[in-house]
Amino acid sequence: MGRIRTAAAALAGGGTGTVFALLAAIFIAVAFTNPGFFEGPSLMAFLKQAAPLVILAAGQYFVIVSGNFDLSVGALVGAQVVIAARLIDGEESRTLPVMGVMLLFGLAVGLVNGLVTTALKVQSFITTLGMMLVLTGAIRLWTGGAPTGSLSEAFRGPGRRGIDDVPLIGQIPWAVLIMIGVGAAAIWLMRTRFGRVLVASGDNELAAELSGGRVDTVRTVAFVLSGLSATVAGVLIGGYAGVSAQVGQGMEFTVITAVVLGGVVLGGGRGAVVAAMAGALTIEALFALFNQMALPSTIRPAAQGLIIIAAVAYAAKRRTRRPVAATATTNANPS
Amino acid sequence: MSLRRLDTTALIYLALAGVVAIGGIAVAIDGGNLFSTANLVDMFTRTSLTGFLALGMTLVILCRSLDLSVGYTAALASMVAATTMDGDPNRIVLGALAALLVAGLVGAANGAIVSFLGVNPFIATLGVGLIIKGYLDTEYKGPAGLVPTAFQQFGYSRIAFVPVSTLVMLALAAAGIWFLRSTRTGHHMYAVGGNIDVARMSGVRTKSTLMTAHILCGMFAGVAGLLLAARFGTGSATEAYSNLYELDAIAAVVLGGTLLLGGRGGIAGTVAGVLILAVLDTVFNVMQINPFAKDVLRGAIIITAVAIYARRQLSRTARRPRFAAAGTAADTGRP
Amino acid sequence: MQTTRLALASAAAVGLLLAVGCTTDEIPEAETTEEATASTEEEWFVQADYEEQLAQRDIEPEGDPTTPWLQAIEPEWVDTSEYAVDGGDHTVCFSNASVSNPWRVTGWITMQQQVEVLQEAGEIGEFLHSDAADDDEKQISDIQAFIDSGECDALLISPSTTATLTPAVEAACESGIPVVVFDRGVNTDCAVTFIHPIGGYAFGADAAEFLVDNLEPGSTVLALRILPGVDVLEHRWAAAQEIFADSELEILGNEFTGGDAAEIKNIVTQYLQRGEVDGIWMDAGDGAVAAIEAFEDAGQPYPVMTGEDELSFMRKWKETGMTALAPVYSNFQWRTPVLAATMILNGEQVPKEWVLPQEPITEAELDDYLERNEDMPSLHYAKFGGEDLPGFPDAWRDR
Repeated sequence: MGRIRTAAAALAGGGTGTVFALLAAIFIAVAFTNPGFFEGPSLMAFLKQAAPLVILAAGQYFVIVSGNFDLSVGALVGAQVVIAARLIDGEESRTLPVMGVMLLFGLAVGLVNGLVTTALKVQSFITTLGMMLVLTGAIRLWTGGAPTGSLSEAFRGPGRRGIDDVPLIGQIPWAVLIMIGVGAAAIWLMRTRFGRVLVASGDNELAAELSGGRVDTVRTVAFVLSGLSATVAGVLIGGYAGVSAQVGQGMEFTVITAVVLGGVVLGGGRGAVVAAMAGALTIEALFALFNQMALPSTIRPAAQGLIIIAAVAYAAKRRTRRPVAATATTNANPS
Repeated sequence: MSLRRLDTTALIYLALAGVVAIGGIAVAIDGGNLFSTANLVDMFTRTSLTGFLALGMTLVILCRSLDLSVGYTAALASMVAATTMDGDPNRIVLGALAALLVAGLVGAANGAIVSFLGVNPFIATLGVGLIIKGYLDTEYKGPAGLVPTAFQQFGYSRIAFVPVSTLVMLALAAAGIWFLRSTRTGHHMYAVGGNIDVARMSGVRTKSTLMTAHILCGMFAGVAGLLLAARFGTGSATEAYSNLYELDAIAAVVLGGTLLLGGRGGIAGTVAGVLILAVLDTVFNVMQINPFAKDVLRGAIIITAVAIYARRQLSRTARRPRFAAAGTAADTGRP
Repeated sequence: MQTTRLALASAAAVGLLLAVGCTTDEIPEAETTEEATASTEEEWFVQADYEEQLAQRDIEPEGDPTTPWLQAIEPEWVDTSEYAVDGGDHTVCFSNASVSNPWRVTGWITMQQQVEVLQEAGEIGEFLHSDAADDDEKQISDIQAFIDSGECDALLISPSTTATLTPAVEAACESGIPVVVFDRGVNTDCAVTFIHPIGGYAFGADAAEFLVDNLEPGSTVLALRILPGVDVLEHRWAAAQEIFADSELEILGNEFTGGDAAEIKNIVTQYLQRGEVDGIWMDAGDGAVAAIEAFEDAGQPYPVMTGEDELSFMRKWKETGMTALAPVYSNFQWRTPVLAATMILNGEQVPKEWVLPQEPITEAELDDYLERNEDMPSLHYAKFGGEDLPGFPDAWRDR
């Protein structure tokens, strides 16, 4: 049942449709303010900037669709960049081993989040809020408050460089290719049995359990995937812009907003991973649009807040009007 | 039901006693005295601000909602109060009422977006927060307004070793306990948070209950804003929301044993949760704990405490709430 | 209905308790507040302060130039004999706004090293500190806690925000212990001394003047700022606007970045897509390297740029050979408050307002400062002024 509903939502569902419409609208507005935006090089630059958030959105999607939150990703992205800088300390030869360490660290953080949530029954909001505090504090404790060391050129590659001299486009950034790879892997994963159990566990935990799904296991795996996505995002952001003390700050809220904008329902059970990633792209496009319109910096949060609420409210209304979903949402909107 | 609630609350006060005892011993070993008048004053002072925010937060969380805008609302209220009073002692009452009114309106907006537009509270209140931030940053370039000396007493005077603001907080907490135990709307809040469908079918006006909770939460944030104005002597925009006060408040509520899933918990527990955080703050300060280590410890303690409650509640309530959770999680969106 | 009832009840409770509160102890004398913050809405540009700071840049400070943290510009010496305490081993307390950025981290290490020296000399006994994590409300509590504890012989305060900390600092002054305020100020002069470098206007003007001098008329400049509403930063931008207004430079925009390198690179990249950017003005150096890399990645010539004396920027500047300036918000000011506290407790004179020198690092001095800070991490500040402390260089390097 969950599967049918997901499939329906993926095709024409309220949230999913809304995000693509919104994305298109923003792109049209961008094209009006700056026709040059869609030329190869600047479009590639935009996608390169957006890649980390899109990848984070894929990771966050797994967690949200299974009925949880991951508030620790922003802190984890920051931690990964700081760890990389400190351990690599400018030595090219250490790049790969340190990336391995980061992968293990991301995995470990995800695993702890998952186990505390599933085995100890702590609500994920609290688990990951606590993890956020612990990570921020521990990293600063370790580096004495401000990042030390520096990244190697090789480490910077994936986030900063790409395949050069491509006709028309100029450069295809590695970040864009990685983003497409991660996206494809996420879509594939959602088509496996794991993906079905994951959605089912967010939709109706008991039913999922009764039909033989290992709810706790898939939920833990979702947290691990989120931790890994934060690691990849950390590599890309660190590569893109280098080390600074503020890396990752507040990203958890941006990414959750992006996923919800993509029509994924907080609480789990509904939404498509493609739409979640499109939500991230939409947010980045919105920021680019604000910038191009030369909207005063201070007013941007207000515009962002309005658009997000409007989009999510619109999706919620559409969902209740559609007969398939209506049975599922009578609780929220009896009409 | 009331017996069970009593038990949970007792457990939380036991936890508070434990934290006080361990903190006292740790400080004593360090050569200090946690229970000196100065330290007691300090402890109580640190309870008021989080206390106001957490009281309101308890109400919305009981209804299975959430308010991430309280920090912004408090900032807005402090601005409204300070600019309305503008240094004139005759306008204190007017300023305080204006601040509470504006804060209540923000709460009403949150409530309307959540209950009538069907937007998930996480997104709705995050969005409203962003809108307020945009307004404040655009409208005020820095601190504005002037709080008359008489009103500053709200932030600075104390009776024996208990600050007036803490007494107000405790009085409001008592009013809140009475409200939840003895009024129909109070009972309805538990019903709405427990199972919104059952509540509606048994004749509870769920939307107006949710509205009431959000309006009260906004007004509590308004009182917090008044405290900020009194403490600062002026209205401050950037202060209140750069510190993630909302997360502190949620942590206090959950530490106090209220379920993020709604329907269970109460204000007595929240007060204990607030006290636990304040005691930790004072202990860390007296013991000169490194500021980064504070974050790590606070995060770890929050997770541990909630894990312990979860264990108790799990064994006590068997599987009943999980049915309820599975049925409504998708719509109210709380994992 | 319930709502109104509760609202009324709470309003009544507030009113009642206020009435009671007025009869209790520990009321800070707040008369000076009204005088000092007479303007209700704070505007960030004050012509007189601006002119004073610009003039101060050209005044030779008193004192030994090899110890700039003890120099003072046009000091007005005040007598502190009323605070003199016999003997040594004084307890000095420090309420810190935060250590949430590399500039504050660097300064905090320097301060601790200075304290160790004074502890060995027997001047300071215990050094107690609290950190408010950028939370004004928390810092007010921290200050109150220090006053109530009765342990402090002197109290150092680095306020988190100017206006909001004023009542708490006044309460501290009322308690009778000597108060030393540094870095950001407060709207009262009740502290024994207020220590700060020349200030934000001078910082912003140094940077803006450099761009005006080094760019052709008609060139385009992008301003990158950290966040709105913070006085030390707003003053920098206010001064820059003043200078730019009299120039023929075109200001493309001013953007808030939160000091986040990725955000900075995004913004600069987007501006470069839409046209040329000839100059970059920054209100603080955090993430300056990311801005430079945006030009590299877009294949554009380096801009004329002003950052800060953060080493990552200065190293990139050296490596690229670009035209740049590092304005300085003297980090060595973190040494001065502890030294001032011991002077006050010994009854020695201190300047009422202790204005420390604040000179930008120019291209001519670049190599010298890079060499002196060779072993330091990239997020360290060149003018930290701790080279003569015994902990150098390990304390800053292996933190």
